[in-house]
Amino acid sequence: MHELSLAQGIVELAVEAAQKAKADRVVRVHLKVGRLAGVDPGALLFCYDESTAGTILAGSSLVIIDVPLVVWCAHCLKEVELASVQRFHCPTCDTPCGEIRTGRELEIASLEVAA
Amino acid sequence: MTTTRIVEVRAGILKKNDELARGLRGRFERDGVLTVNLVSSPGSGKTAFLERTLSELVGAGVKAAALVGDLETDNDAQRLARSGAPVRQINTHGRCHLEAEMLGSYLDAWDLAALDYLFIENVGNLVCPASYDLGEALRVAMLSVTEGEDKPLKYPTMFNSADVAIITKMDLAEACEFDREAAHAAIRSVRPGMTILEVSTKRGTGMETWHTLLRERRAEWAPRVAGGEASAR
Repeated sequence: MHELSLAQGIVELAVEAAQKAKADRVVRVHLKVGRLAGVDPGALLFCYDESTAGTILAGSSLVIIDVPLVVWCAHCLKEVELASVQRFHCPTCDTPCGEIRTGRELEIASLEVAA
Repeated sequence: MTTTRIVEVRAGILKKNDELARGLRGRFERDGVLTVNLVSSPGSGKTAFLERTLSELVGAGVKAAALVGDLETDNDAQRLARSGAPVRQINTHGRCHLEAEMLGSYLDAWDLAALDYLFIENVGNLVCPASYDLGEALRVAMLSVTEGEDKPLKYPTMFNSADVAIITKMDLAEACEFDREAAHAAIRSVRPGMTILEVSTKRGTGMETWHTLLRERRAEWAPRVAGGEASAR
Protein backbone atom coordinates (compact mmCIF):
# COMPACT_ATOMS: atom_id res chain seq x y z
CA MET A 1 0.00 0.00 0.00
CA HIS A 2 2.08 2.89 -1.24
CA GLU A 3 -0.92 4.90 -2.42
CA LEU A 4 -0.58 7.26 0.55
CA SER A 5 2.98 8.14 -0.51
CA LEU A 6 1.71 8.62 -4.05
CA ALA A 7 -1.16 10.86 -2.91
CA GLN A 8 1.35 12.98 -1.00
CA GLY A 9 3.46 13.15 -4.14
CA ILE A 10 0.44 14.42 -6.09
CA VAL A 11 -0.18 17.15 -3.52
CA GLU A 12 3.46 18.25 -3.49
CA LEU A 13 3.64 18.45 -7.27
CA ALA A 14 0.22 20.10 -7.67
CA VAL A 15 0.93 22.77 -5.04
CA GLU A 16 4.19 23.61 -6.76
CA ALA A 17 2.53 23.82 -10.21
CA ALA A 18 -0.43 25.84 -8.90
CA GLN A 19 1.81 28.36 -7.16
CA LYS A 20 3.87 28.73 -10.29
CA ALA A 21 0.64 29.45 -12.20
CA LYS A 22 -0.36 31.95 -9.49
CA ALA A 23 -3.54 30.06 -8.66
CA ASP A 24 -5.24 30.30 -5.25
CA ARG A 25 -6.99 26.99 -5.32
CA VAL A 26 -6.97 23.69 -7.19
CA VAL A 27 -10.41 22.41 -8.19
CA ARG A 28 -9.50 19.29 -10.11
CA VAL A 29 -6.41 17.15 -10.77
CA HIS A 30 -6.20 15.09 -13.93
CA LEU A 31 -3.93 12.13 -13.30
CA LYS A 32 -2.72 9.68 -15.92
CA VAL A 33 -2.43 6.15 -14.56
CA GLY A 34 -0.95 3.46 -16.81
CA ARG A 35 -2.36 -0.05 -16.65
CA LEU A 36 1.05 -1.32 -15.58
CA ALA A 37 1.71 1.43 -13.03
CA GLY A 38 0.85 -0.89 -10.17
CA VAL A 39 -1.60 1.53 -8.59
CA ASP A 40 -4.97 0.75 -7.09
CA PRO A 41 -7.21 3.70 -8.13
CA GLY A 42 -9.65 3.00 -5.29
CA ALA A 43 -6.92 3.18 -2.67
CA LEU A 44 -5.47 6.29 -4.28
CA LEU A 45 -8.83 8.07 -4.24
CA PHE A 46 -9.26 7.04 -0.62
CA CYS A 47 -5.90 8.56 0.35
CA TYR A 48 -6.44 11.66 -1.76
CA ASP A 49 -8.93 13.46 0.48
CA GLU A 50 -6.78 12.94 3.54
CA SER A 51 -3.64 14.14 1.80
CA THR A 52 -5.27 17.26 0.35
CA ALA A 53 -6.87 18.42 3.61
CA GLY A 54 -5.46 21.75 4.77
CA THR A 55 -3.79 22.48 1.41
CA ILE A 56 -4.89 24.52 -1.59
CA LEU A 57 -6.15 21.21 -2.98
CA ALA A 58 -8.68 20.74 -0.18
CA GLY A 59 -12.05 19.72 -1.57
CA SER A 60 -10.68 19.15 -5.07
CA SER A 61 -11.45 16.05 -7.09
CA LEU A 62 -9.01 13.59 -8.57
CA VAL A 63 -9.85 12.48 -12.08
CA ILE A 64 -8.02 9.34 -13.13
CA ILE A 65 -7.28 8.96 -16.83
CA ASP A 66 -6.55 5.32 -17.64
CA VAL A 67 -3.63 4.85 -20.01
CA PRO A 68 -3.69 1.60 -21.99
CA LEU A 69 -0.77 -0.81 -22.19
CA VAL A 70 0.73 -0.34 -25.64
CA VAL A 71 3.78 -2.27 -26.86
CA TRP A 72 5.80 -2.39 -30.05
CA CYS A 73 5.34 -5.52 -32.15
CA ALA A 74 8.58 -6.19 -34.01
CA HIS A 75 6.77 -8.56 -36.36
CA CYS A 76 3.78 -6.40 -37.33
CA LEU A 77 6.04 -3.31 -37.14
CA LYS A 78 3.44 -1.31 -35.27
CA GLU A 79 2.24 -0.38 -31.82
CA VAL A 80 -0.43 -2.68 -30.45
CA GLU A 81 -2.62 -2.38 -27.40
CA LEU A 82 -2.63 -5.34 -25.03
CA ALA A 83 -5.86 -6.41 -23.40
CA SER A 84 -4.04 -8.03 -20.48
CA VAL A 85 -1.04 -7.02 -18.38
CA GLN A 86 -0.37 -10.72 -17.92
CA ARG A 87 0.33 -11.60 -21.50
CA PHE A 88 2.86 -9.59 -23.47
CA HIS A 89 2.06 -11.12 -26.84
CA CYS A 90 0.85 -9.33 -29.96
CA PRO A 91 -2.93 -9.82 -30.25
CA THR A 92 -2.58 -10.14 -34.03
CA CYS A 93 0.43 -12.39 -34.60
CA ASP A 94 1.14 -13.73 -31.05
CA THR A 95 4.81 -12.62 -31.12
CA PRO A 96 6.18 -11.86 -27.62
CA CYS A 97 6.43 -8.07 -27.25
CA GLY A 98 8.40 -6.60 -24.39
CA GLU A 99 8.98 -3.07 -25.60
CA ILE A 100 6.53 -0.91 -23.69
CA ARG A 101 5.37 2.33 -25.32
CA THR A 102 2.69 3.38 -22.83
CA GLY A 103 1.23 1.89 -19.68
CA ARG A 104 3.71 2.84 -16.94
CA GLU A 105 2.52 6.45 -16.55
CA LEU A 106 1.88 7.93 -13.17
CA GLU A 107 1.75 11.62 -13.91
CA ILE A 108 -0.31 14.73 -13.45
CA ALA A 109 -1.53 15.76 -16.90
CA SER A 110 -3.14 19.03 -15.85
CA LEU A 111 -4.79 20.96 -13.04
CA GLU A 112 -8.02 22.88 -13.09
CA VAL A 113 -7.43 25.93 -10.90
CA ALA A 114 -9.42 28.90 -9.62
CA ALA A 115 -8.08 32.47 -9.98
CA MET B 1 -19.48 31.73 -10.11
CA THR B 2 -15.78 31.01 -9.88
CA THR B 3 -14.02 30.83 -13.16
CA THR B 4 -11.47 28.14 -13.55
CA ARG B 5 -8.61 27.56 -15.94
CA ILE B 6 -6.49 24.64 -16.94
CA VAL B 7 -2.78 24.45 -16.08
CA GLU B 8 -0.75 21.89 -18.00
CA VAL B 9 1.64 20.00 -15.73
CA ARG B 10 2.81 16.77 -17.37
CA ALA B 11 5.04 15.66 -14.53
CA GLY B 12 5.44 12.24 -12.93
CA ILE B 13 4.38 12.01 -9.32
CA LEU B 14 7.45 9.90 -8.60
CA LYS B 15 9.62 12.65 -10.03
CA LYS B 16 11.43 13.29 -6.76
CA ASN B 17 12.34 9.63 -6.31
CA ASP B 18 13.31 9.30 -9.97
CA GLU B 19 15.64 12.30 -9.72
CA LEU B 20 17.29 10.99 -6.56
CA ALA B 21 17.64 7.54 -8.15
CA ARG B 22 19.29 9.11 -11.17
CA GLY B 23 21.76 10.78 -8.85
CA LEU B 24 22.50 7.47 -7.13
CA ARG B 25 22.91 5.70 -10.46
CA GLY B 26 25.47 8.30 -11.49
CA ARG B 27 27.31 7.82 -8.21
CA PHE B 28 27.33 4.02 -8.58
CA GLU B 29 28.63 4.34 -12.13
CA ARG B 30 31.37 6.79 -11.19
CA ASP B 31 32.45 4.56 -8.33
CA GLY B 32 32.22 1.40 -10.44
CA VAL B 33 29.96 -0.49 -8.08
CA LEU B 34 27.33 -2.71 -9.72
CA THR B 35 24.16 -2.32 -7.69
CA VAL B 36 21.59 -5.09 -7.48
CA ASN B 37 18.06 -4.58 -6.08
CA LEU B 38 16.53 -7.82 -4.81
CA VAL B 39 12.75 -7.90 -4.65
CA SER B 40 10.31 -10.65 -3.73
CA SER B 41 7.42 -11.47 -1.46
CA PRO B 42 8.20 -12.13 2.22
CA GLY B 43 9.67 -15.58 2.82
CA SER B 44 10.90 -16.37 -0.67
CA GLY B 45 14.47 -16.68 0.55
CA LYS B 46 16.06 -13.31 -0.23
CA THR B 47 18.13 -13.14 2.94
CA ALA B 48 19.40 -16.71 2.81
CA PHE B 49 20.28 -16.33 -0.87
CA LEU B 50 22.03 -13.02 -0.24
CA GLU B 51 23.93 -14.41 2.75
CA ARG B 52 25.28 -17.21 0.61
CA THR B 53 26.06 -14.84 -2.26
CA LEU B 54 27.99 -12.49 0.04
CA SER B 55 29.89 -15.33 1.74
CA GLU B 56 30.98 -16.72 -1.60
CA LEU B 57 32.01 -13.32 -2.93
CA VAL B 58 33.93 -12.47 0.23
CA GLY B 59 35.57 -15.90 0.09
CA ALA B 60 36.71 -15.20 -3.47
CA GLY B 61 38.18 -11.85 -2.46
CA VAL B 62 35.48 -9.81 -4.20
CA LYS B 63 34.38 -6.61 -2.46
CA ALA B 64 30.65 -6.69 -1.82
CA ALA B 65 28.35 -4.94 0.63
CA ALA B 66 24.64 -5.00 1.38
CA LEU B 67 21.89 -2.68 2.48
CA VAL B 68 18.85 -4.46 3.81
CA GLY B 69 15.39 -2.99 4.19
CA ASP B 70 12.98 -4.20 6.82
CA LEU B 71 9.99 -2.69 8.56
CA GLU B 72 11.20 -2.96 12.14
CA THR B 73 13.97 -5.46 12.95
CA ASP B 74 17.66 -5.79 12.20
CA ASN B 75 17.50 -9.60 12.16
CA ASP B 76 18.34 -9.78 8.48
CA ALA B 77 21.37 -7.50 8.81
CA GLN B 78 22.70 -9.68 11.61
CA ARG B 79 22.31 -12.77 9.44
CA LEU B 80 23.97 -11.11 6.46
CA ALA B 81 26.85 -9.78 8.57
CA ARG B 82 27.90 -13.38 9.22
CA SER B 83 29.19 -13.40 5.64
CA GLY B 84 31.93 -10.96 6.64
CA ALA B 85 30.68 -8.32 4.18
CA PRO B 86 29.80 -4.81 5.38
CA VAL B 87 26.05 -4.65 5.98
CA ARG B 88 23.68 -1.85 6.99
CA GLN B 89 20.07 -2.20 8.05
CA ILE B 90 17.46 0.31 6.94
CA ASN B 91 14.30 0.26 9.04
CA THR B 92 11.38 1.71 7.12
CA HIS B 93 9.09 1.85 10.18
CA GLY B 94 5.99 0.63 8.48
CA ARG B 95 6.81 1.75 4.96
CA CYS B 96 6.31 -1.08 2.54
CA HIS B 97 9.25 -0.33 0.25
CA LEU B 98 12.63 1.38 0.04
CA GLU B 99 12.89 4.78 -1.63
CA ALA B 100 15.96 6.39 -3.14
CA GLU B 101 15.88 9.05 -0.41
CA MET B 102 16.43 6.41 2.29
CA LEU B 103 19.76 5.22 0.89
CA GLY B 104 21.94 8.32 0.85
CA SER B 105 22.96 8.56 4.50
CA TYR B 106 23.84 4.85 4.63
CA LEU B 107 25.95 5.05 1.51
CA ASP B 108 27.91 8.00 2.85
CA ALA B 109 29.38 5.73 5.51
CA TRP B 110 31.07 3.58 2.86
CA ASP B 111 33.80 4.10 0.34
CA LEU B 112 31.74 3.01 -2.65
CA ALA B 113 34.72 3.17 -4.98
CA ALA B 114 36.31 0.34 -2.99
CA LEU B 115 33.34 -1.95 -3.71
CA ASP B 116 32.64 -4.18 -6.71
CA TYR B 117 29.03 -4.98 -5.84
CA LEU B 118 26.34 -3.45 -3.70
CA PHE B 119 23.24 -5.52 -2.96
CA ILE B 120 20.03 -3.93 -1.77
CA GLU B 121 17.57 -6.33 -0.20
CA ASN B 122 14.22 -4.60 -0.52
CA VAL B 123 11.28 -4.96 1.87
CA GLY B 124 9.46 -8.24 1.18
CA ASN B 125 6.61 -7.03 -1.00
CA LEU B 126 5.81 -7.67 -4.64
CA VAL B 127 3.72 -4.54 -5.18
CA CYS B 128 5.15 -1.24 -3.98
CA PRO B 129 8.92 -1.65 -4.54
CA ALA B 130 8.16 -1.95 -8.28
CA SER B 131 7.50 1.79 -8.53
CA TYR B 132 10.63 2.99 -6.75
CA ASP B 133 13.86 3.14 -8.69
CA LEU B 134 16.86 2.91 -6.35
CA GLY B 135 19.45 3.63 -9.01
CA GLU B 136 20.23 -0.06 -9.39
CA ALA B 137 21.87 -1.51 -12.50
CA LEU B 138 20.08 -4.82 -12.04
CA ARG B 139 16.69 -5.59 -10.55
CA VAL B 140 16.23 -9.21 -9.57
CA ALA B 141 12.77 -10.58 -8.80
CA MET B 142 12.76 -13.77 -6.75
CA LEU B 143 10.11 -16.45 -6.53
CA SER B 144 10.28 -19.62 -4.45
CA VAL B 145 8.88 -22.96 -5.57
CA THR B 146 6.53 -22.97 -2.57
CA GLU B 147 4.70 -19.85 -3.75
CA GLY B 148 2.87 -21.09 -6.84
CA GLU B 149 3.87 -20.93 -10.47
CA ASP B 150 1.36 -18.20 -11.33
CA LYS B 151 2.83 -15.57 -9.02
CA PRO B 152 4.29 -13.52 -11.90
CA LEU B 153 0.79 -13.32 -13.40
CA LYS B 154 -0.52 -12.02 -10.10
CA TYR B 155 2.21 -9.39 -9.81
CA PRO B 156 2.96 -8.48 -13.43
CA THR B 157 4.13 -4.93 -12.68
CA MET B 158 6.97 -6.20 -10.49
CA PHE B 159 8.08 -9.05 -12.72
CA ASN B 160 7.87 -6.84 -15.77
CA SER B 161 10.08 -4.22 -14.12
CA ALA B 162 12.83 -6.73 -13.26
CA ASP B 163 15.85 -7.70 -15.36
CA VAL B 164 16.37 -11.19 -14.01
CA ALA B 165 14.09 -13.73 -12.29
CA ILE B 166 15.47 -16.23 -9.80
CA ILE B 167 13.47 -19.25 -8.73
CA THR B 168 14.58 -20.24 -5.23
CA LYS B 169 14.26 -23.31 -2.98
CA MET B 170 14.67 -25.68 -5.93
CA ASP B 171 15.56 -28.41 -3.43
CA LEU B 172 11.86 -28.39 -2.48
CA ALA B 173 10.60 -28.48 -6.06
CA GLU B 174 9.70 -32.13 -6.09
CA ALA B 175 8.00 -32.11 -2.70
CA CYS B 176 5.90 -29.12 -3.80
CA GLU B 177 5.14 -30.67 -7.19
CA PHE B 178 6.53 -27.50 -8.68
CA ASP B 179 5.65 -27.14 -12.35
CA ARG B 180 8.84 -25.69 -13.80
CA GLU B 181 7.49 -25.15 -17.31
CA ALA B 182 4.43 -23.32 -16.00
CA ALA B 183 6.59 -21.03 -13.85
CA HIS B 184 8.92 -20.18 -16.73
CA ALA B 185 5.92 -19.58 -19.02
CA ALA B 186 4.33 -17.25 -16.45
CA ILE B 187 7.54 -15.23 -16.07
CA ARG B 188 8.06 -14.92 -19.83
CA SER B 189 4.39 -14.08 -20.36
CA VAL B 190 4.78 -10.88 -18.34
CA ARG B 191 8.39 -10.26 -19.42
CA PRO B 192 9.32 -11.80 -22.77
CA GLY B 193 12.93 -12.94 -23.01
CA MET B 194 13.69 -12.55 -19.32
CA THR B 195 16.74 -14.37 -17.95
CA ILE B 196 15.62 -17.02 -15.45
CA LEU B 197 17.91 -18.74 -12.95
CA GLU B 198 17.04 -21.64 -10.67
CA VAL B 199 18.84 -21.98 -7.36
CA SER B 200 18.88 -23.92 -4.14
CA THR B 201 20.57 -21.75 -1.56
CA LYS B 202 20.66 -24.67 0.82
CA ARG B 203 22.47 -27.01 -1.57
CA GLY B 204 24.31 -24.38 -3.52
CA THR B 205 22.98 -25.48 -6.89
CA GLY B 206 22.69 -22.69 -9.42
CA MET B 207 25.04 -20.39 -7.47
CA GLU B 208 27.83 -20.67 -10.03
CA THR B 209 25.45 -19.53 -12.78
CA TRP B 210 24.45 -16.59 -10.60
CA HIS B 211 28.07 -15.57 -10.02
CA THR B 212 28.75 -15.86 -13.75
CA LEU B 213 25.76 -13.62 -14.46
CA LEU B 214 27.02 -11.04 -11.97
CA ARG B 215 30.49 -11.07 -13.50
CA GLU B 216 29.09 -10.76 -17.02
CA ARG B 217 26.75 -7.92 -16.12
CA ARG B 218 29.54 -6.07 -14.39
CA ALA B 219 31.87 -6.58 -17.36
CA GLU B 220 29.36 -5.28 -19.89
CA TRP B 221 28.45 -2.40 -17.61
CA ALA B 222 32.02 -1.46 -16.65
CA PRO B 223 33.04 0.34 -19.88
CA ARG B 224 30.29 2.88 -19.28
CA VAL B 225 31.82 3.64 -15.92
CA ALA B 226 34.65 5.51 -17.55
CA GLY B 227 32.16 7.97 -19.03
CA GLY B 228 31.90 9.75 -15.70
CA GLU B 229 28.67 11.71 -15.58
CA ALA B 230 25.42 9.77 -15.45
CA SER B 231 23.45 10.16 -18.64
CA ALA B 232 20.70 12.76 -18.61
CA ARG B 233 17.10 11.62 -18.94
